[in-house]
Amino acid sequence: MSELNHSMALGHAANMEPSPYAIPSRKLAMWLFILSDACTFGALLFAYGYLRTASPDWPTPFKFYPSILNVIIMTFVLITSSLTMLGAVDASKAGDKAKTMRWMGITMVLGAIFAILHVREWAGLIGEGVRLFQNPWGSSLFGASFFSITGLHLLHVISGVIAIGVVARGFSRGSLTAGHVESTALYWHFVDIVWMFVVPLVYLMSIARR
Amino acid sequence: MDDSPNTHRGIARYIPIYVILLALSGLQIFLAYTKLDRNRMLAAFLAVALFSAALAVMYFMHMINERRSLFWSLIPATIFVLLMMNMIWSDSFRLLHMRPF
Repeated sequence: MSELNHSMALGHAANMEPSPYAIPSRKLAMWLFILSDACTFGALLFAYGYLRTASPDWPTPFKFYPSILNVIIMTFVLITSSLTMLGAVDASKAGDKAKTMRWMGITMVLGAIFAILHVREWAGLIGEGVRLFQNPWGSSLFGASFFSITGLHLLHVISGVIAIGVVARGFSRGSLTAGHVESTALYWHFVDIVWMFVVPLVYLMSIARR
Repeated sequence: MDDSPNTHRGIARYIPIYVILLALSGLQIFLAYTKLDRNRMLAAFLAVALFSAALAVMYFMHMINERRSLFWSLIPATIFVLLMMNMIWSDSFRLLHMRPF
């Protein structure tokens, strides 16, 4: 049963205007949040491009091992987690609680693996002397822009893992619906999409070529 | 929308998109190690990333199953805002010659 039909079955239909997009307001709110967040990441990436263009000595520190290899694994993990989240959405719509929990659990594990790999990448760079406003190679703003962009993304991943856990718990108890699972999935896919821009612009444009 | 006929067919129908997204990510890694000049490489990266994002929005986020009005209300406005952010570039190139940082 769709969210709209569910609302009508509860007897609220007489008091509600029909949705102009034929989706629940929760889902529309999630779309609006995602697009505003896309503008936030867009602004950060444009600011990064601005600083990089204006700095003739921008560092290119990312060697294939460990950084780019780490990024390849992180990308594989995150895209795979989007697939497992789709499994959770499908299972929740079919009313299969056990399967939904299993898919959401796998997604949380993959999200946690991504976060751990991300922290490992940070630790490696910090070990090489990168700080917010200094580094051994060039423009002092490299660290600030790198940690801001990847840190905000990491924050989204950690928030997403927590949100998936909360929604999975609510769904298993019957207090949340398949619509909640779907809205959470929209957020998770957005985190995946942002990574598709962060990898080439932040990492691959700055690979070490020597 | 929630009750499309494909809803309960499992994740197998998403595998082709998943494989394409992985392949596009692999293509970006490959491009990074070619000898393209920096501007062409950036253009190629952005093209691949935009195509990947479009696939994810349409199929993983199910925008393709929603009403057209949702797409036309949300996506062009977002693209417009992101495009307007590009006004910073001329100042960035000016700063390059002043070496401010």
